[in-house]
Amino acid sequence: MSKTILIVGGGLAGTIVANGLCRQMGTELRTGALTITMLGTSETHMYQPGLLYVPFGRMREAELFRDQRKVLDKRVNFFVDPAKHIDVEKKQVSTEAGRTFKYDYLVLATGSRIMPQSIPGMKEGGHWFYDLDGARKLRAALDDFKGGKIVLNVNAPHKCPVAPLEVAFMLHDFLKARGLWDKTELTYTYPIGRLHALEPVAHWAKPEFEKLGIQSETFFNTETVDPEKKTITSMEGSELPYDLLITIPPHQGAQVIEDSGLGKGGWVPTNTKTLYREDSTDVFVVGDTTNIPISKAGSTAHFEADVTIDNLVSLCQEGRFAREYDGKVFCFVETGLGSGTYVWFNYTTPPNPGPPSQMIHWFKLAYNRLYWLSARGLL
Amino acid sequence: MAERQKIDARGAFCPGPLMELIAALKLSSIGEEIDIWSSDKGSASDIPAWCAKVGHQVVETSEHEGYWSVVVRKAK
Repeated sequence: MSKTILIVGGGLAGTIVANGLCRQMGTELRTGALTITMLGTSETHMYQPGLLYVPFGRMREAELFRDQRKVLDKRVNFFVDPAKHIDVEKKQVSTEAGRTFKYDYLVLATGSRIMPQSIPGMKEGGHWFYDLDGARKLRAALDDFKGGKIVLNVNAPHKCPVAPLEVAFMLHDFLKARGLWDKTELTYTYPIGRLHALEPVAHWAKPEFEKLGIQSETFFNTETVDPEKKTITSMEGSELPYDLLITIPPHQGAQVIEDSGLGKGGWVPTNTKTLYREDSTDVFVVGDTTNIPISKAGSTAHFEADVTIDNLVSLCQEGRFAREYDGKVFCFVETGLGSGTYVWFNYTTPPNPGPPSQMIHWFKLAYNRLYWLSARGLL
Repeated sequence: MAERQKIDARGAFCPGPLMELIAALKLSSIGEEIDIWSSDKGSASDIPAWCAKVGHQVVETSEHEGYWSVVVRKAK
């Protein structure tokens, strides 16, 4: 009997799963024993980590995008038709265009989104680079910047957890090259009592900040932004003036998850090892969509997708579960416009970042191109 | 009786227990309780210190086998 795997979401996690399944189940797809369908929200696939480079003129917008149909294996039935309601009891997903898709296995890969509107004044008073429009506006603001106070404000939760540190170091190099660093006071704010969630990264960053003259304020959770007075206040009672506010807005998961009653804030309760939705054995959750307490990052999505591919193939072909996710995360860390390092960890191995080098920075630049091989399931 | 949500952040290196708690509080209503589990001993003091700073209430802190539990009630 023919089986259907339905993937909701066309970002990195969903795309790797779709392409990986095609590579491993060619026979089933050819004979009609398996159908793979993806419901996406866009005809284009964006390389999200590339947004970090856009405000500094280090990546052109066109380099961020590919046609999703060309990234996907041709055997995937791809619809740009966002899911409207996911019914895990009836095993079906209805869409905005009014279609209904039944499934044997469901992969939820609906991702996350920034929510600047959730903090009063942030949308009006802040700049960010976590979406294309924001990155464009920040690029323009940096072009106009002639010196003054920059507040780089980080909010919880957010994806790509090293990006705030990266942008701090890149801002330093960018403004120094323009002769503006001496006229700039950069203050980095962070929600908890150190500069980064990862303790070894925080310990490494502190002297680096001191060396470069980057100010910091920890235990800063944004309460309001006043675009008129140009001030930002924290729940902890602090107020900072700014000339340019660069914020990492808080994130939430997809609205369809919340609307379907699958998880508060759009995060789906997920088993940390099997990646099954809690209480399901036919629904997998990958990427930012899970509520697993680990980094929301492209590499997390990638490693989770690899495990999910193996498990889906094994379940379809042999009726058994293959392997568990070990919590692996790997992140490059740009430490300026010409150097970088990396950090990796899993559920049992703590992170231990090495010294920055030009070589790792170059490898990150190479990965900015190699990403498309990852999305295709080749790397 | 307030609803109590459990977050098992044991072994979570990033974003870590306090960041998980902050994120969860943003999605909670006043009066709701969150029981956060952490294998990091520092959480047993860091979380109450942060709660005192912003005005949330720590209902209880307890040590279990290999982890600490801190129950926080959203107060504002």
